[in-house]
Parts: sequence; C-alpha cells; structure tokens
Amino acid sequence: MLTLYTRRRLINAIGLGISALAMLFGLLWLGWILWTLLANGLPQLSMAVLTQMTPPPNSTGGLLNAIAGSLMMTFLAALIGTPIGILAGTYLAEFGQRGWLAPTTRFINDVLLSAPSIVIGLFIYEMYVVKIGHFSGWAGALALSILVIPIVIRTTENMLRLVPNTLREAAAALGAPQWKVINLVTLRAARAGIITGVLLAVARISGETAPLLFTSLNNQFWSSDMNQPMANLPVVIFQFAMSPYQDWQSLAWAGALLITFSVLSLNILARVLFRQKSTTY
Amino acid sequence: MSAEKTVTPKLVVRDLNFYYGAERALKDINLTIPEKMVTAFIGPSGCGKSTMLRTFNRMYQLYPKQKATGEVLLDGENILDKKQDLNTLRAKIGMVFQKPTPFPMSIYDNIAFGAKLYENLSRHDMDERVEWALRKAALWTEAKDKLKQSGTGLSGGQQQRLCIARAIAVKPQILLLDEPTSALDPISTAHIEKLIDELKAEFTIIIVTHNMQQAARVSDYTAYMYLGDLIEFGDTSTVFTNPKRKETEDYITGRFG
Repeated sequence: MLTLYTRRRLINAIGLGISALAMLFGLLWLGWILWTLLANGLPQLSMAVLTQMTPPPNSTGGLLNAIAGSLMMTFLAALIGTPIGILAGTYLAEFGQRGWLAPTTRFINDVLLSAPSIVIGLFIYEMYVVKIGHFSGWAGALALSILVIPIVIRTTENMLRLVPNTLREAAAALGAPQWKVINLVTLRAARAGIITGVLLAVARISGETAPLLFTSLNNQFWSSDMNQPMANLPVVIFQFAMSPYQDWQSLAWAGALLITFSVLSLNILARVLFRQKSTTY
Repeated sequence: MSAEKTVTPKLVVRDLNFYYGAERALKDINLTIPEKMVTAFIGPSGCGKSTMLRTFNRMYQLYPKQKATGEVLLDGENILDKKQDLNTLRAKIGMVFQKPTPFPMSIYDNIAFGAKLYENLSRHDMDERVEWALRKAALWTEAKDKLKQSGTGLSGGQQQRLCIARAIAVKPQILLLDEPTSALDPISTAHIEKLIDELKAEFTIIIVTHNMQQAARVSDYTAYMYLGDLIEFGDTSTVFTNPKRKETEDYITGRFG
C-alpha cells in the first residue's frame, strides 16, 4: 500500500513525463523542419542568390527581384495596415465601453483574423486586379495589408487594456482631456506591446503565398514598378519548388531558408522588445 | 491645533448622494471643508470616503454607471453642474492616488505634463516650475541629478512624492489625497505626512486614510463616515478626544471596524 505522499509524487512524475513527451513531440517537427531547411538551403546560399535575378530554367541566377519585391510589398502593407490597426485598436480599448459599434467591430475583426488568406487574395483580385486588368504590386500590398489590420487591431486593444486604469485616472486628474491621456500616457505605456504586434503581423505576412498568387503574381525580371506584376519570395518558392528543374529547386530551398530565418528573427526581436519594455507595466 | 481658527469655507457639500448603478454609496452628505486646512475622512472600508473624494474632482465620470446628485460648491459654484468643464475643474482640484502612478516618461516630463496643459511656460519657467514642485514634494535632492531618467525607476515612496509634485505643479487650489501612504513604508509615510503639514500653507488638503493615527497627526478636521453616512464631522482633537457620537468613539477606540 502506497502512502498518500508517494502516490502524489508518482502521479506528479507521470504528469510531468507526459507533458515533457508532448513538448518533445511538438518540438521534434519544428526541429526537423529547421534541419531540413538548413541541410537543403544552406548549400544553395551564395552571393548570387542575393545579387542576381530569377533565372530561366537550367541556368544560374538568384532571388534579388523576389527579395526586393517581398520587402517592398511587405513594407507597404505594414505602412497601410499599421495606422488603421492602431487607430481602430485604440478606439476599441479606449472608447469601446458603450454602444454597439465597438462589439460589432470586435466581432468582425475576429472573423477577419481567422479568415483564410486565399479568400482575401480572391477578394482583392475581384475588386482591384479585375478592374485594372492586370496583376500588380499594389494589389499584393493591399491584400497583405488586409492581413495586417486585424492582427494590429487585436494586439493594440489587448496591450492598451493591460495599461492600468489608475494611470488613466491619474492623467485625467491633472485636467488632461481624453485625447491627451491616450496620446501621451496610455499609448506610450503600451508602446512596446503595440510594436511587438506590428512585428508579428509583418512576420505573418512575409510568408503568405495565397494572397499574392491572385494579386501581384510574379515577375521573372527586376521591376520596382508597383503597377506591374511583382516578384516575391513565397510565389517564387511555390513556382520553383514545383518545377522539374534542378536549379530552380535549389533556389526554392535558398528562398525558403531566407524567409524562415527572417520570420524567426522577427519573432525573436518582437519577444526581446516586449520583455525589455513590459517590465515597467 | 487651537480651537480658534479663522475658517474660510472652500468646499461646501449639500445633500450629496452618490450612486454606483442602483446602489447608493453616499447618503445626503452635508459638510463644509475649510480653506488651507487638512480635512481627513476616516471610516471602515466601503464607508464611502474614497467615493466622496472622487466626486470632488468628478473622477467618477470616467465610468458610465456612476452618478452624483446634490451640490458641491467650490467657492460658491456648483461643480456638479453639467456646465462645469471637467478638465478645468481637475486643474483646480488635484488628486494623488493610493498607488503611485508615474507616467512612462522622464521625471521632468512627469511634472511638466500637467503644468503644460493649462499654461504656456517658457523653457526657463518650466525648469523653475519643475524644481519648485520637486522641492515642495521634498524630492529635489534625490531627483535633481536624474530628471531625464524614467519616473518608473524611482522607489515606491519617491514615486508617490513624484505624484504629489506632479499634482502641485499644476498649482491647484485643493489637493485630494486618496490613502496616499497605504502602499508605503513607515519612513516614506513620515516624509509624506511632513509634506502634508507644509503644503497646507498653500493648498486646501483633503485626505482619505485608513490609519486613524495618521488622521490624528495630520488633520485639522476629521469626518467619520460609515456605510455612506457622515456620522460625525468636526475639529480633529474634538473628534478624537471627545466624540459626540457613540459610533465614532467605538471606531476610534478600536471597538469596531
């Protein structure tokens, strides 16, 4: 007969063991993916990847136009999505206590947050690409910005809600009007968290393929004209990886490695930033 | 604490009732708070003393379900009136909270924040104002070399003095202190009590406290409240040594509460 204490220790050990196993199982896949990427992608990385354009089949080249296109569209999408997201998130957190508008917005935002990205691609295709008659970088940036907005709204609202009400009261007690309380005190107190949200949104969109397939499509050549179809890493990877050509497949691995590690470093950066700044509140 | 004081009324409360939704938290309060004196509100938790304080600067209006009826006259003008501008009222009636609430900015900017709202001070005048406020709050010697550092990096007691400095930098007429020392150690508490004594030369001070010794030490007048009623109000020495009501006596002698 076991004593109560040894039995509890046993149950604890079993629970811990199962949790550790589950964690290992999860990590295994992540480690495997990273390992495969490194093993296949690292040998393909060279200066040419970063300096040359995407090549025709069976010749050498790089990913420069795709990298540049991805950077431009991601940057523009963040530029469009961030202000809208922060403003809407601020509205929800600071003014959304009464009325029907805020709960409705919150609900729609949640729907948008979980909407499949291909639907958003199709939406922009129908509303923009079809109207102007060709694929373009603008359409790609627009589709990506629609992915950015709900993420930024959600994190901005959550981060502002973490700011204690006593801080709002303290600022109001000095006679500050509400817009000053929000601008100078609460947004500032939540700044690190909001920046984290924007970084995570950027990380999310930099790997999106589906919304770009119908919007910016791809471009074999260098183009910085946002009105033309634009090369980008995810679609290039998709196209090259599915091709029968050895050179293209190698470049696809290199591209995949680049994306994964930029997303990984963005995520790490976001975490470090948030940890540093959030200790004060 | 002589009995003969020249008393000018600063804040006159008439038939004040306060509601949290349907719950009545203050019941027909009538009292007169004298100018440039320290008035303390004491009473057990939930008696309405903090609620009272929050009607004086209408802080309750941040929350949709709270409302006050009756009159609170500041120099004869009813501040509960709908026409009263909230922000100018709050510039006249400053408040310091239970927990220190430094803003996420430098010590200097914390103090300049309020002063900037209603006055257009030159760089030089602002420097002087910040120094004046910090000296008044007995924080100057500790803070003068780190004015550019974050206010959140100060110790709890220093943060609370920073909040007092920030409140008086606006040059209010009344200072509301909501249990300002309940989160502080005894040394910081002594600092702040000394401060209250000095500040009453210039400001009318209203303090809510859980600590009866503190009320006895710092205040000229004391109000004892219980369950939303004002039980007794008078000269602090009288309330503590010779209370008129048995409930007050029970509370201050520790038989109750």
